Amino acid sequence: MDFELMITSFPKLLGATLITLKLLTASIFFGLFLGLFFAILRLNKNIFVSRFAYGYSYVFRGTPLLVQIFIIYFGLGQIEYLRTTFLWVILKEPYWCAIIAFTLNTGAYTSEILRSAFQTIKPGIIEAGKSLGISNKIIFYKIQIPIAIRQSLPAYGNEIILMMKGTSLASTVTLMDLTGVAKYIISTTFKPIEVFIVAGGIYLFMTFIIHNVIKYLEKKYSFQQ
Amino acid sequence: MELLTFGKTGWGDELFFATLMTIAVSVTAMLVGFVFALIFTPLKLSKYKTLNLVGNFYTTVIRGVPELLVIYLFFFGGSGAIMYVASIFGYYEYIEINAFITGSMAIGIISGAYSTEVFRGAIQSIDKGQFEAAKVLGINKFGQFYKIILPQMLRLAIPNLSNVWQITLKDTSLISVTGLVEIMRQSYIAAGSTRDPLFFYSFAAVLYLMLTYLSMKLINKLELKYSKGY
Repeated sequence: MDFELMITSFPKLLGATLITLKLLTASIFFGLFLGLFFAILRLNKNIFVSRFAYGYSYVFRGTPLLVQIFIIYFGLGQIEYLRTTFLWVILKEPYWCAIIAFTLNTGAYTSEILRSAFQTIKPGIIEAGKSLGISNKIIFYKIQIPIAIRQSLPAYGNEIILMMKGTSLASTVTLMDLTGVAKYIISTTFKPIEVFIVAGGIYLFMTFIIHNVIKYLEKKYSFQQ
Repeated sequence: MELLTFGKTGWGDELFFATLMTIAVSVTAMLVGFVFALIFTPLKLSKYKTLNLVGNFYTTVIRGVPELLVIYLFFFGGSGAIMYVASIFGYYEYIEINAFITGSMAIGIISGAYSTEVFRGAIQSIDKGQFEAAKVLGINKFGQFYKIILPQMLRLAIPNLSNVWQITLKDTSLISVTGLVEIMRQSYIAAGSTRDPLFFYSFAAVLYLMLTYLSMKLINKLELKYSKGY
């Protein structure tokens, strides 16, 4: 055991954690809206709209995240037309490509989680709202969404943790996130175990915090019994 | 389409064999995972606190750390660890481990952590009366597990195991960083030499979709078979 390496690599890895956290928060933030949007489309009565939403979630859940990142980072740059539009400003940056890929990926999982949460809402609750003369829009925003959020919290917590692990793939498109820096230190010192313990410890700490925050929220939003 | 022809001019045959490699790694990793699950599930359900701790440590660490980091640990540390063990026995030559073995071990340990959780959940949801009835009938521990608990557990575990299989299948794409020629690696090579990454990565996505679709169909059949009589 090389404790000196563990101590010297800790600040470097901690600095890289910042990028991991940035990637995570950005993709979770955009992914939540995308997921909500597609969950609503899924529940649409129009069969084409709901099929489209199902197709989206099926494709993004059925393929590895690595393929999605590679298509967006390496693949889209190949289209000549894209290079001339303003989109190229975003797509030439690996940072934004990673965020787009993560957002699309987590959006697919989030839409499934929210859809099942919407479907488990008892029809009686919506009928009660209607009979009180509340408009459909307010029933949706004030009754359905809060209940759906509470229902989906445990599954959504898992999804955030999975996404945090997913951000490690950013290192494959030249981003120096926590895993990227860990790999760099491993390949220069050939001390994989020491670096793994430090980097893994940081990841575990983040998992621990996310887990407890979700637990706290679950408790806060549970039924008062 | 020209790029996908078989033979020297196209990438069809290379990608076909790469797909077989992905399937081979996934199946091996899943089996390795079952071995780990069979070791760690009893530990997690044990009466002794220390054994519980060991079981929980395994599942918590593996499920809380990115797959890529675990693969790097095995890729860079695997042959070092084997050489260290060999040096105890007086063997000092360089030993290189095959990328297939490193990859399926790394993915196997990850999938094992998920399988352990699935088995634990399935065993815990079996009615306590079943254990007691078996005990009353004087069936020994071995028979209790294999003849009574295991068949019931499998029925409950199959839907969740199919999720583990999907995760494992998708995780194998990460082994491409170690140089094992599976779908992802082969697409990377093909994309590099033809300068057509969009086509090859999209085709890789289609291959993965096909694999997940087909395995879902198979698993649904298994599920029907094991839920007979319910």
